[in-house]
Amino acid sequence: MRTEIITLDGHIIDSLTLSKVLDILVSTGVDYEIRRFEIGKTHDETSHAEILVRAPDEESLQRALHEVQQHGAVISQENAKLQPAPQDGVFPDGFYSTTNLETFVRIEDTWILVERIEMDCGIRVSRTDTGWRAECVPLHRARKGDLFVVGTAGVRVTPAPRREAESVFHFMGSEVSIEKPKARIVQAVARAIRDTKASGRKVLFVGGPAIVHTGAAPYLERIIRAGWIDVLFAGNALATHDIEYALYGTSLGVALDTGIAETHGHEHHLRAINTIRALGGIRQAMEKGVLKGGIMHACVVANVHVVLAGSIRDDGPLPDVITDVMQAQDAMREAIQGVGLALMVATTLHSIATGNLLPASVTTFCVDADADTVIKLTDRGSHQAFGIVTDCAFFLKELAEQLCGKE
Amino acid sequence: MPRVLMCPPDHYALRYEINAWMHLENQPDLALARQQWQRLYEHVRRIAQVELVSPAPECPDMVFTANAGLIVGDREVLLSRFRHPERRVEEPHFRRWFEEHGYTVYTMPEDCPFEGEGDILYAGERYLAGYRKRTEICAHRLASEYLKHEVLSLELVDDRWYHLDTALFVLDERTVVYYPGAFDLYARRVIEEHFDTLHVVEEEALRFACNSVVIDHTVLMPAGCPLITALLERRGYRVIPVPMSEFIKSGGACKCLVMFLER
Repeated sequence: MRTEIITLDGHIIDSLTLSKVLDILVSTGVDYEIRRFEIGKTHDETSHAEILVRAPDEESLQRALHEVQQHGAVISQENAKLQPAPQDGVFPDGFYSTTNLETFVRIEDTWILVERIEMDCGIRVSRTDTGWRAECVPLHRARKGDLFVVGTAGVRVTPAPRREAESVFHFMGSEVSIEKPKARIVQAVARAIRDTKASGRKVLFVGGPAIVHTGAAPYLERIIRAGWIDVLFAGNALATHDIEYALYGTSLGVALDTGIAETHGHEHHLRAINTIRALGGIRQAMEKGVLKGGIMHACVVANVHVVLAGSIRDDGPLPDVITDVMQAQDAMREAIQGVGLALMVATTLHSIATGNLLPASVTTFCVDADADTVIKLTDRGSHQAFGIVTDCAFFLKELAEQLCGKE
Repeated sequence: MPRVLMCPPDHYALRYEINAWMHLENQPDLALARQQWQRLYEHVRRIAQVELVSPAPECPDMVFTANAGLIVGDREVLLSRFRHPERRVEEPHFRRWFEEHGYTVYTMPEDCPFEGEGDILYAGERYLAGYRKRTEICAHRLASEYLKHEVLSLELVDDRWYHLDTALFVLDERTVVYYPGAFDLYARRVIEEHFDTLHVVEEEALRFACNSVVIDHTVLMPAGCPLITALLERRGYRVIPVPMSEFIKSGGACKCLVMFLER
């Protein structure tokens, strides 16, 4: 997808120049969106239109631009304005705040793709041996003197692609699906995962401890062992209860096979943490033959890139948990490179944290028993997320069957 | 009385081909051209005050003063920036004349071709402007800033009608006479939506019927256009046919030979 911003000025309404330009865009097979439109208040006053042109490829873009330029369309020529960061961890005044959409900045008359796009960051621009480079940088990574884009001039954002009518999700209609045939939806998710893997991109799984509490851990474990997951984000809780289950057969002290709370079972999770701490970590516990199964075990075996991020209510935590949240964010930023699909199951905290880091181009599914989680995620800017309101055990059981066959 | 600018055809000639009408093998009869110009001049002189700019030997088309520029205010002129280098040599001569006559001279940016009254015509509350053949649309917006009036852009689509004034003339503030075939569909809609119209048939448009000079109720029209003449006469206009054959060989006629300085 290639885009360009064009402007039209003059008596473009009475002259039908605007209509003509829009008709030309349509007839040359490109898509457009009117970004700004100021209509002259009197006959003598001119009007101004700013139009984003979206073409499937460079050739069609150039063809369309060539045509509309004949009718007065001007291609935006402004370069981005740059200002140095005044101190470490501080952006310059008026810094451009990013969205999670594909973004370009114009430096010395060339549009440069902003690398590692992420919402709520700044755009750092630097000169390299091969030319200018623009990258998305969170506040805490700004260093004094780094050049950041200020204002909106010379910044171009590609709007979120319209969802294709024929996509596997067209039948969902709404963003949050409650009253929909769940099995069909799981099929569609499975197909999306297959497509992502087939295209060489990674699949990210973000999970909460309810996966273990509801007895869904074995389904997730199956999916991981079959190699469908490349990256896993979770907190101390998912890993802890998974290990508790692996060591004691309980989750929060409840035996998952009988559903009965065991005597002193509430201590199990802390004893599990203590055991792993004593051995130095999950991998070490596996090497010592202590940890023999479960989600975390499967991740090590399947070589999944795991980031466990800590939070204020953590017990322990496990040695594998990153307790500095900024460090954890950075670790997650590194891990999402190359991710094409994110599946978020039964966690509000980690879903939103991950949503904040993901470019809008990543296909995102958010599965939760509570519609609020899904709504919170989209309200915080992850508009690309498809919400699936259902029980995570049902979802993962179905997904495991879709991806790995019936057991 | 209106005031207009004309240029005697002393150095008029056909030395290059820069429009669909010009063919070096079809040379104008220069003696006849002089007679035709003189006749037009005599007619104009009766109804308008005529100023003359001295012709320059290196400018065979300088006779077409409509392309000198466009009056945008009281003694203010927006000088043309010709598309073709063959005619760019006229610019300093016209500039000098305007400056010597107390005009403030404005110019277009280098990359914005603009051929004066050939492509932007006064139509009362607004101006009509042609583009894509000689003047580019960028000039319309800039001109509207000087004119402080609406400028309606009309796309010309046939090389034979390369200036707006070869395909359209304004009869009065409400009425436009034009040849629809010279314009694209959008332009035709714009014209029809804003004006009462009289259509010129192709045969008469090819005889430059649209390249007429209107002063009050007199229309100085290239000879050989009986249909549009009849329509105009029915509306009470006096149509004076002026033979223009030798200028049509260069792609111009009555209106191209006259630039309005004051109305």
